[in-house]
Amino acid sequence: MKNILSIFKRELRGYFATPVAYVFIVIFLFLTGIFTFYIGGFFERGQADLEPFFRFHPWLYLFLIPAISMRLWSEERKSGTIELLMTLPVTLGEAVLGKFLAAWCFTAIALALTFPMWITVNYLGNPDNTVILFGYLGSLLMAGGFLAIGSCISALTKNQVIAFVISVVICFLIILSGYSIVLDFFRAWAPQAVVDAISSFSFLTHFDSIKKGVIDARDVLYFGTLIAFWLYANTLVIDMKKAG
Amino acid sequence: MSYAIEVQNLSKSFGSLHAVRDISFNVARGDVLGFLGPNGAGKSTAMKMITGFLEPTAGRVRVCGHDLHEEPVQLKSRIGYLPEGAPAYGEMTPVSFLEFIGEIRGLRGRHLQDRIGEVVRSIHLEAVLEQRIETLSKGYKRRVGLAQAILHDPEVLIMDEPTDGLDPNQKHEVRTLIREMASTKAIVISTHILEEVDSVCTRAIIIAGGRLLFEGTPGELEARSRLHNAVTLSVNRDSFAAQRELSALGNVDSVDIRTDSSGNTRLTVVPAAGTNIINEVTDFVRTRGWTATEVRVESGRLDEVFRTITTQQASGGART
Ligand SMILES: Nc1ncnc2c1ncn2[C@@H]1O[C@H](COP(=O)(O)OP(=O)(O)OP(=O)(O)O)[C@@H](O)[C@H]1O
Ligand SMILES: [Mg+2]
Repeated sequence: MKNILSIFKRELRGYFATPVAYVFIVIFLFLTGIFTFYIGGFFERGQADLEPFFRFHPWLYLFLIPAISMRLWSEERKSGTIELLMTLPVTLGEAVLGKFLAAWCFTAIALALTFPMWITVNYLGNPDNTVILFGYLGSLLMAGGFLAIGSCISALTKNQVIAFVISVVICFLIILSGYSIVLDFFRAWAPQAVVDAISSFSFLTHFDSIKKGVIDARDVLYFGTLIAFWLYANTLVIDMKKAG
Repeated sequence: MSYAIEVQNLSKSFGSLHAVRDISFNVARGDVLGFLGPNGAGKSTAMKMITGFLEPTAGRVRVCGHDLHEEPVQLKSRIGYLPEGAPAYGEMTPVSFLEFIGEIRGLRGRHLQDRIGEVVRSIHLEAVLEQRIETLSKGYKRRVGLAQAILHDPEVLIMDEPTDGLDPNQKHEVRTLIREMASTKAIVISTHILEEVDSVCTRAIIIAGGRLLFEGTPGELEARSRLHNAVTLSVNRDSFAAQRELSALGNVDSVDIRTDSSGNTRLTVVPAAGTNIINEVTDFVRTRGWTATEVRVESGRLDEVFRTITTQQASGGART
């Protein structure tokens, strides 16, 4: 436990010791603003909620989260520090978890910095703040899912560009599997159970229900399982690489 | 008492490349073992396996009684390791880096700060403590790596080329440091500097092509030299005449002539294997009435032994 904390602290400090953190946060805030106000039609809708804000999170994360996660293990491998880390008395699980939690905490900080959005909507109208809170929670869970995938992929290669591209593709497929175009394609020939299974893999399906303010144990469980699965795969990948 | 490091039949292949083949050795506390071998011999690979970074293809490793497979975390906690190239987190400063390593190594609070202080002093890191590691010179990076390895005062110290990139003063200091620590620890270092073997190691092994080709003390290594017990002298006689006369002595294998950069010519009388000829040579010089301005007995040339041992074997990892 204390090892996870030590690794977590080191990692998180690492983000802020380089321009990565600031560039990421500025771009994240800038893009959420654009999406919410211009594309999402925040004002035109005339409703006091953050739906247009959250609606684009999956698409923002699709590119921004792999940019965070690509360095998680690739960089350690490239710079050789992985040899240092893996010969310290820590277990693989502790290392994977410590690094993942730091990245997650970092995205939570970026997400928290969108609070002016929340203030604006409260100033303009009378929104249901529970729904907004759930929206944030759902968004954070989804970010965790993207991060776990990206972390696992970055353990596969010392090349950050490759890690980025593969992560984006995988996340893209997982998002897509909730879209009606894709589902219609399957609906044409596959049994309903298969279609449901495919749609239940999508971030969108689960994120949508959470951001509507309905917190269902199944949605939380979905993200929890997804994160656990990819982090476990992450440890397997690193262990496999040990064999050379 | 059992050995601090026990390595049995250790092997590692990368696909068809056998980087390490069936190596066994033990290291006791108080020993400094020197790993020698040409580039690509498998030194670093062997170290990576002992420290638990790479999975051996075959063989057993035990450190302080902990088996690599059964208790990897305990094994790692007993070792201080300087990996090849001294990797460190570039965006950190040496002091925060050492704090991180110390925390993971179980050092806390005052004790951690005291240890960092001691190590920083003994490795002379004071001047760069607050500078990002990525901006440090190569030698300072190496020193940060050394500091990290000895921070928790480990029972076993494994260092891959610890003096590579250090200036002559630092090399000297690091060797002194290693000798000081040697009495209580089991230490393994790899090096390409053969004098280092003489000055710090109590034992040496030579690896080439992944195979262990020699194991013994530095003295035994020198004894394998053609020049072991050779007599070098300079005399006030024509070198070629002297060479001819000395060659005729019993037990003399050959006589080499060397002229150094300042024009002094020396003769090196090489004995037949396993013999000692200092008395014969000095008697001869005296009876012939020569004046010798210098006479010394060679202990053996390590570079020559190294070359002989490692070139019998094709260097680099051998493929099947
Ligand atoms: N991850 C790897 N994949 C494939 N081959 C490897 C890997 N690591 C090492 N090798 C090969 O194993 C052999 C031994 O390498 P190693 O780094 O152990 O040599 P070394 O004795 O440390 O050499 P040097 O003196 O140059 O440091 C080399 O032929 C090297 O190319
Ligand atoms: Mg090496």
